[in-house]
Amino acid sequence: MSLRRLAPDQPASFAFTKENLAWAGQQIKKYPDGRQVSAVVPILWRAQEQQGGYVTEPMIRVVGEMLGMSPIRVLEIATFYTMFNLKPVGKHLIQVCTTTPCWLRGSDTVLAACKKNIAHSSETVSADGMFSWMEVECLGACVNAPVVQIGDDYYEDLDGARMESILTDLRAGRKPKPGSQIGRQTSAPEGGPMTLTDPALFAKTKGS
Amino acid sequence: MLADKDRIFTNLYGAQDWRLAAARKRGAWDNTKALIERGRDAIIEEMKKSGLRGRGGAGFPTGLKWSFMPKQSDGRPHYLVVNADESEPGTCKDRDILRHDPHIFLEGCLIASFSMAAHACYIYVRGEYRREYQTLEAAIQECYDAKLFGKNAAGAGWDFDCYVHHGAGAYICGEETALLESLEGKKGMPRLKPPFPANVGLYGCPTTVNNVESIAVAPDILRRGAGWFSALGRPNNTGTKVFCISGHVNKPCNVEEEMGIPLKELIEKHAGGVRGGWDNLLAIIPGGSSVPLLPKTICDTVLMDFDSLRDVKSGLGTAAVIVMDRSTDLVKAIARLARFYKHESCGQCTPCREGTGWMWRVLERMVKGEAETSEIDLLLEVSYEVEGHTICALGDAAAWPIQGLIRHFRGDIERRINARKAGKPAMAAE
Repeated sequence: MSLRRLAPDQPASFAFTKENLAWAGQQIKKYPDGRQVSAVVPILWRAQEQQGGYVTEPMIRVVGEMLGMSPIRVLEIATFYTMFNLKPVGKHLIQVCTTTPCWLRGSDTVLAACKKNIAHSSETVSADGMFSWMEVECLGACVNAPVVQIGDDYYEDLDGARMESILTDLRAGRKPKPGSQIGRQTSAPEGGPMTLTDPALFAKTKGS
Repeated sequence: MLADKDRIFTNLYGAQDWRLAAARKRGAWDNTKALIERGRDAIIEEMKKSGLRGRGGAGFPTGLKWSFMPKQSDGRPHYLVVNADESEPGTCKDRDILRHDPHIFLEGCLIASFSMAAHACYIYVRGEYRREYQTLEAAIQECYDAKLFGKNAAGAGWDFDCYVHHGAGAYICGEETALLESLEGKKGMPRLKPPFPANVGLYGCPTTVNNVESIAVAPDILRRGAGWFSALGRPNNTGTKVFCISGHVNKPCNVEEEMGIPLKELIEKHAGGVRGGWDNLLAIIPGGSSVPLLPKTICDTVLMDFDSLRDVKSGLGTAAVIVMDRSTDLVKAIARLARFYKHESCGQCTPCREGTGWMWRVLERMVKGEAETSEIDLLLEVSYEVEGHTICALGDAAAWPIQGLIRHFRGDIERRINARKAGKPAMAAE
């Protein structure tokens, strides 16, 4: 567990955009009648995205009203699930995995690159507002360690220099290519797959 | 080595397109109607005969689990919930299935749901897997467009809806009842059992929770026969398994292999061997962060399956092999895992909420040798107080890596403490 509180300074209000409101309505339909509360995580997530990456107090009230939940129940969700950020983040939030599999492969160098190029301490927005970074627990891409998540994408097989180059690209408004940064084919061993090489596998229907 | 023709996950690395047309060429959705028409009892019997044990970590027989669902509905709907909240450190196998081969998995969802009389299936994907969620959502839409889902799914006369749901960062939601709580829009805090989900699960209705890999292998088992599956591996540990090999190997990778493959062979054949050679090996965590580590002497000969690893006081878990060579500061590696469990404890049970933090803090001191040797036994004792005294297995998962460290590397910790006392700088691992 960790201590998680809403930021002291809060905006006055929150309102969903028309598109997001329609999207939220679609989400609620996934669940049986009267079980709209099930949609709280996806909807709060969309709200966080709309707000630029963090959850606010007025947002919690709006989401609670939409789903028929008291605000305290939504606050519980926001503080329990650690992908909800409770204070402003940089335009690009760099989530650095430092759990043992990534640490064994050198996540310390990735962390050092973030400290040097963004801010010394975590969850601090850089002076230009472009970046903030935080340590996260296992991202589940361990055979491509070390890994960071930026937005929806994973950047894999990193080291300090590769991390710096990603930050340089983002700062210049370029989108670095997600996935392996050493040209690996996803989770296959470096140098190319040593299994699934039989062409007969893909020539016909299995079992026929 | 497992022959390519016996592999189930033929697009594990995403070399080919994941979409429906390409997946069909690889054998997915091939006359699913005929599989379903065999009937509920025949499907469950075939699954039981295959010997498939759940691929999410606990290794509970999948066919048996399916048979626990009520045969007749008492008016409440039945649900299949798939656990795609892959978060056990070291594990990244379900990710490959979701992003590269979603259709063999979705076909499994329909078949499993039918055999448990469920008209609806929810797939709970971890919040971080955004791209995988998007792929899965698109693949589900393809299934609806091709009439494989919806009314009279796959023409087999069963109405079926499938929904993908996501979390927002909480390891504990991989525990099945915490996952159900989360799916109901609450904090992911595990429920007391009984009642078990097969009687009172999602929304108070009969529910089965299965891992992605367990569901994804079902269509191939039915198509090729239980005999084919159970001929692979060893008795009580049958079939194939996706292994994730990470850490200090030359070529970390995922690979589908036969159950019971020797650990050494797995690493040398598929992952390019241990960095610096096999003799440079210090220890391996064979089944994801929750299982106790094994020193090299055991790794030399141990087989990778549920029973073999249990016999050496570890476990297959999720088959995530974390390799550590002789440069590793082992105490630090385990301390980092202790920090993970401290972070991920849901806070519901006192032994886990307080114990995980306590154990982590002691281990952090031990990394630097700032402890008394008597504290090693105290730490061990506290780990036994956490283990088995909590609602869910997170307490056990936090205790086991520490017990493994002390069981096999107590000398390392003692040397550090003694060196510190003698005024020498704390040393790294030998």
